[in-house]
Amino acid sequence: MAECNVDELLAKAQQDEAEKLRSITVHKELDLEFDVGNLLAIDNNRIETRDFKGQNKEEFLRSLARDNTQLLINEIWKLPTERVEEVIVAKLPEPTTLLPREKRPPKAKPATKWEQFAKLKGIQKKKKTNLVWDENRVAKNELNRLRNIARSQKGKVPGVGLTPTAQQSKDDLGRAVTVAKTSTASMGRFQDRLPKEKPAKNMGKKRKFEPLIGDFSNERQKQLELLKVLGNKTPKLDITKAVNKQMREEDREEAAAKYRKGAGKKGRKGNNMSGKGKGKGGKGKGVKGKGGKPGGGGGGGGGGKKRSKAGKH
Amino acid sequence: MRPLTEEETKTMFEKLSKYIGENIKLLVDRPDGTYCFRLHKDRVYYMSEKILKLATNISRDKLVSVGTCFGKFTKTSKFRLHITALDFLAPYAKFKVWVKPGTEQSFLYGNHVLKSGLGRITENTEQYQGVVVYSMADVPLGFGVAAKSTQECRRVDPMSIVVFHQADVGEFIRNEDTLT
Repeated sequence: MAECNVDELLAKAQQDEAEKLRSITVHKELDLEFDVGNLLAIDNNRIETRDFKGQNKEEFLRSLARDNTQLLINEIWKLPTERVEEVIVAKLPEPTTLLPREKRPPKAKPATKWEQFAKLKGIQKKKKTNLVWDENRVAKNELNRLRNIARSQKGKVPGVGLTPTAQQSKDDLGRAVTVAKTSTASMGRFQDRLPKEKPAKNMGKKRKFEPLIGDFSNERQKQLELLKVLGNKTPKLDITKAVNKQMREEDREEAAAKYRKGAGKKGRKGNNMSGKGKGKGGKGKGVKGKGGKPGGGGGGGGGGKKRSKAGKH
Repeated sequence: MRPLTEEETKTMFEKLSKYIGENIKLLVDRPDGTYCFRLHKDRVYYMSEKILKLATNISRDKLVSVGTCFGKFTKTSKFRLHITALDFLAPYAKFKVWVKPGTEQSFLYGNHVLKSGLGRITENTEQYQGVVVYSMADVPLGFGVAAKSTQECRRVDPMSIVVFHQADVGEFIRNEDTLT
């Protein structure tokens, strides 16, 4: 009895084990296709239409779904897992099945007027560049680099002089001429100049200013000397001045003549004649007007004129 | 800041001599100390040696003004007199013009002086001679250039210009931000 019991128990245990295994392992004729990233499994096995159309259709579908889900879960368990907050988590790989996009692709933008025209005429956009390959540039850069090194070492930097260029411009030629002219033993001091030749621009000579706080007395002396020269320069005979003087003289003579004339006649008229001068001069005329003496009037006329100027002064 | 070159000095003296003649000597050679002209940002400043030495402590870009600005060099290297120079030039002025009280305001607003506003004028003033304009109370108002000689002034009609406006003390208010 006990033996039988043991056998039974063993058999039951074996069955249980098989049952357990059966729940995990699923046998399929064809392997399923998996896309674990999308949690997708595709079953390509044939379905028995008999099973499907039979009475236990629901039963069949449920078991099929369960088996396939089991296979998917098995596949997931093969992935590396980790424990996050007491939960086992598997890291899914990138999905391999491409899903269609939700929205339709954007429409092409309508061509602009220019694009339409360009298409019609067959105009293609060309990339423009102003850069031109310069053979000499490398050598020049190298030279500059060496010069920089020399300068940083505080050594003597040799002058560049004239570097050869592919095409000499007018400026280059001008510079070459000036360099050539000064390249004599006497630094070009005795070099002849061509007629109408202009002196070289921007060659050598730098602007140099006196120190801000230098020799003040010397500075003053220089300025005083300059003033002396300026004073000498003003012409001795100033034409306008001379003309003015002449005009004044004539005025005076004229006035004197008038008064002399007035002296011959009655005093009143002479006084009226000088009315203009009176109006202008204002002061000093009253004396004459009051006096009314012909002789005195004449003298006063001249004086009055003069004084009217003084009044304006 | 730097001293003026000979050319600049000449240009400036030529302009100054239009107003004060040979009296520039009195500005250059002063009994009360050494005074000098210095150029800073195209402007000529007149200052004593003492002020100059103090000003050297200030870097060039931070220095706005030092001493008295006499004027500035234009881009074509002409010299323009500024009104700030009036205090130094007025005492030495050789040719003066006095304007009537009514015209005073007009002149201070930057207008030329008309014959009608002319009070007095120095005898023998030539045409285009630089003059200092005074009010009748002998207050210097600005610089001008005689448009007519004294002789001609007598004949012209009252509405014609006799003194061209050059600078006036009204600029202290009008050009407050540019005057230094």
